[in-house]
Amino acid sequence: APTGGFGLGRLATVEEVAAWDIDIRPDGQGLPDGSGDVWTGEEVFVENCAMCHGDFGEAVGRWPALAGGLNTLERDDPVKTVGSYWPYLSTVYDYINRAMPFGHAQSLEPDEIYAITAYILYVNDLVEDDFELSRDNFLTVEMPNSQNFYLDDRAETELPLFRQSPCMSGCKESVEITMHASVLDVTPDTDEPAAET
Amino acid sequence: MVENIGMKPSRRGFLRTALAGGGALAVGSTAARAEGDPVILEPRPWNQFLGEGVDARPYGFPSEHEAHVRRQDVPWLTADPISSVNFTPLHELDGIITPNGLCFERHHGGIAEVDPAEHRLMINGLVDRQIVLTMQDLMRFPRENHVYFLECAANTGMEWAGSQLNGCQFTHGMIHNVMYTGIPLRLILAEAGVKPSGSWILVEGADASGMTRSIPMEKALDDCLVAFKMNGEALRPEQGYPVRLVVPGWEGNMWIKWLRRIEVGDQPWHHREETSKYTDLLADGRARRFTWEMDAKSVITNPSPQAPITHGPGPTVLTGVAWSGRGTIPRVDVTLDGGINWHDARMSGPSFNKSMHRFYFEFNWDGQPMLLQSRAHDSTGYVQPTKNQLREIRGENSIYHNNGIQTWAVDKDGRAENVEIS
Repeated sequence: APTGGFGLGRLATVEEVAAWDIDIRPDGQGLPDGSGDVWTGEEVFVENCAMCHGDFGEAVGRWPALAGGLNTLERDDPVKTVGSYWPYLSTVYDYINRAMPFGHAQSLEPDEIYAITAYILYVNDLVEDDFELSRDNFLTVEMPNSQNFYLDDRAETELPLFRQSPCMSGCKESVEITMHASVLDVTPDTDEPAAET
Repeated sequence: MVENIGMKPSRRGFLRTALAGGGALAVGSTAARAEGDPVILEPRPWNQFLGEGVDARPYGFPSEHEAHVRRQDVPWLTADPISSVNFTPLHELDGIITPNGLCFERHHGGIAEVDPAEHRLMINGLVDRQIVLTMQDLMRFPRENHVYFLECAANTGMEWAGSQLNGCQFTHGMIHNVMYTGIPLRLILAEAGVKPSGSWILVEGADASGMTRSIPMEKALDDCLVAFKMNGEALRPEQGYPVRLVVPGWEGNMWIKWLRRIEVGDQPWHHREETSKYTDLLADGRARRFTWEMDAKSVITNPSPQAPITHGPGPTVLTGVAWSGRGTIPRVDVTLDGGINWHDARMSGPSFNKSMHRFYFEFNWDGQPMLLQSRAHDSTGYVQPTKNQLREIRGENSIYHNNGIQTWAVDKDGRAENVEIS
C-alpha cells in the first residue's frame, strides 16, 4: 500500500535520483570521487571563470569577488568573499557544480570543480600552491569565518523590544529632515516607460 | 497645520467639497466656466462610433492609458539583468491583490521556460519511497486556496544606509500578494513517507541557477504549498510556471520557482543562498543565519514620490499597504507630522494571515508641507520599528529584512520625496 494514501506518482529509479541529487552538505555528504590541485585549478579557472571573476578571484566590474576582504566584516564597507565570509567549503563545491559557469551550468567535471575549489582557497591565502583537494581531505579545510554565524535571534533581541505600546500624541518636540533621496538622484526616470526588452 | 484629522463625511463637509470642486474646474478652464466642459458639450469618439468586438481581445490587457503601470528595474543594482530584480508598481495599485503581470520578478538564472509535459517533481532522501510526480499527478492531489504576500528578503535593502531611491515602487516594490492554488506540501511528503529522522527538506528549482534552500520539517508540514495557480490562472513563467513553492510569511528566496526536487534530510544543507546570501551581517562582524520570517511592515503608497498630490488642498485620500510574516495586521497608525502625532488608519478589505492589508486615512490637506509615515501593528503585538531602532541593533550592513518605518516629505505643491527624519 502507498505510504501517503493517494498512490500517486511512481518510484524514482536509482539513475534518476543520481542524476538530480547533486547537493553537497558541510559534513561531506554528496561529494563525488575526485581531486584537483591548485595549478590545475588555475588553468580551469582562467578558461571558465576569470572573464567575470578576474584571474585571481578579484572580480571584473560588477561581478562577484571570490577572494580578498579578510577582516573587513566590521567595516562600513565589508568585502564578503569566499575567503572572508563563507562558512563552509562544501558550499563552494555545491554552488560551482550546480550553477556555474553563469550561462553554462553543470558543464564541469568533478575533478575540475575540485581543482577550481583548490584554486579559490589558494587565492584566498588559505592553502599553499601545491595543495590538492580531494573527497578524502575535503573536511580538513576550515573556513576562517565559520564560527561567526548564529541562528536568528530576533525572538530574543528584537521582538520583546518592538512589542511595546507606542506613543500616539506629542511624541517629539520637533522633527527635521536628515537625508534626501533626491540628493543622490539614482532613481530611474519613471516619467517615460523603459524601452521594451 | 491640517484640519479635520480623520475627516468624517458630514453635510457641511460635503457642501464645502462640492464648492472646492467647482472652483478647481474654473481654474483649469475658463472656457468651461463660460460655456461648460467640452467633454460634456461635444461628443467623444466612444459615444458615436463602435468599439472592438468580443473577438478582438482573447486575453485582455489594461487600457492604453495605464501603460505607465509597469514593473521597473534599476540597472545599477546588479551586474546583469539575468540575476536581478524588478519592482511592483505599488503606487498605482489598490486593494490587496497584485495583478499577475505586475508581480515583481527576482531570478538568479533568468526565466526558465519549462514545458509542463517535461516537468517532474522528485521526492528523495530520507523517505520510504523515492518518487517522481508529473504535473498530471499533482493535479490529482487535494488543493487549497490562500492569499499570501511574497516579499524579497532584500526589499528596502538599498535604504539601510539612508534614503536612496525615490518612490515606493523602488523602496518597497519587491513584494506581491496573490491568491495561490496549490497542494499542501505535507500531502506530497506523506505520499513519499518521511522517515522519523527526516527533520529538514532541501527544495530545488529546475532553472539554470539550480536554486536551493533548506527548510525545517516543522514549516514544511505546517502551511507550505506546492502551487500551480496564482489569481486563478497558471503561474506566469517568471513566477515559476508550472509549479512553485509557497512558504507563507517567510523570505521570498525560499519560494523556490520551477520546483523540481524535494530532498528530505536530517540537517540543513547550508547552500549558497543561506550562507553567502540571505545571511544578515551585523555591526560586530558576525551574521545571523536562517532569518526566515518577514517582520511586520507597511508603506504609504499614495501620496508618495511617484504619486504626488495633484489636486491641491482639501479632501485627500492617503492609502498604503501593511503585512506581517507572523500573522495579520489589525491596526496601522499614520502620522502627517513626522511622528509627533499619530492617527488610526482605516483598514479596508479582507484580513488574511500573512497577506497584504489595505489601509486608508482621509483628511483635509491645508496645503502645508507634511512628513508622512505609517506604522503597522501585527496580531502578535509587534509594532513596526523605525529605521534607527533597527540600525541600533543591526548596524547598516545587513542588506536584508529592512522593515523600518518609511517617511515621505510632501511639499506645499504636493510633491513627495523619500527622506529620513530625526
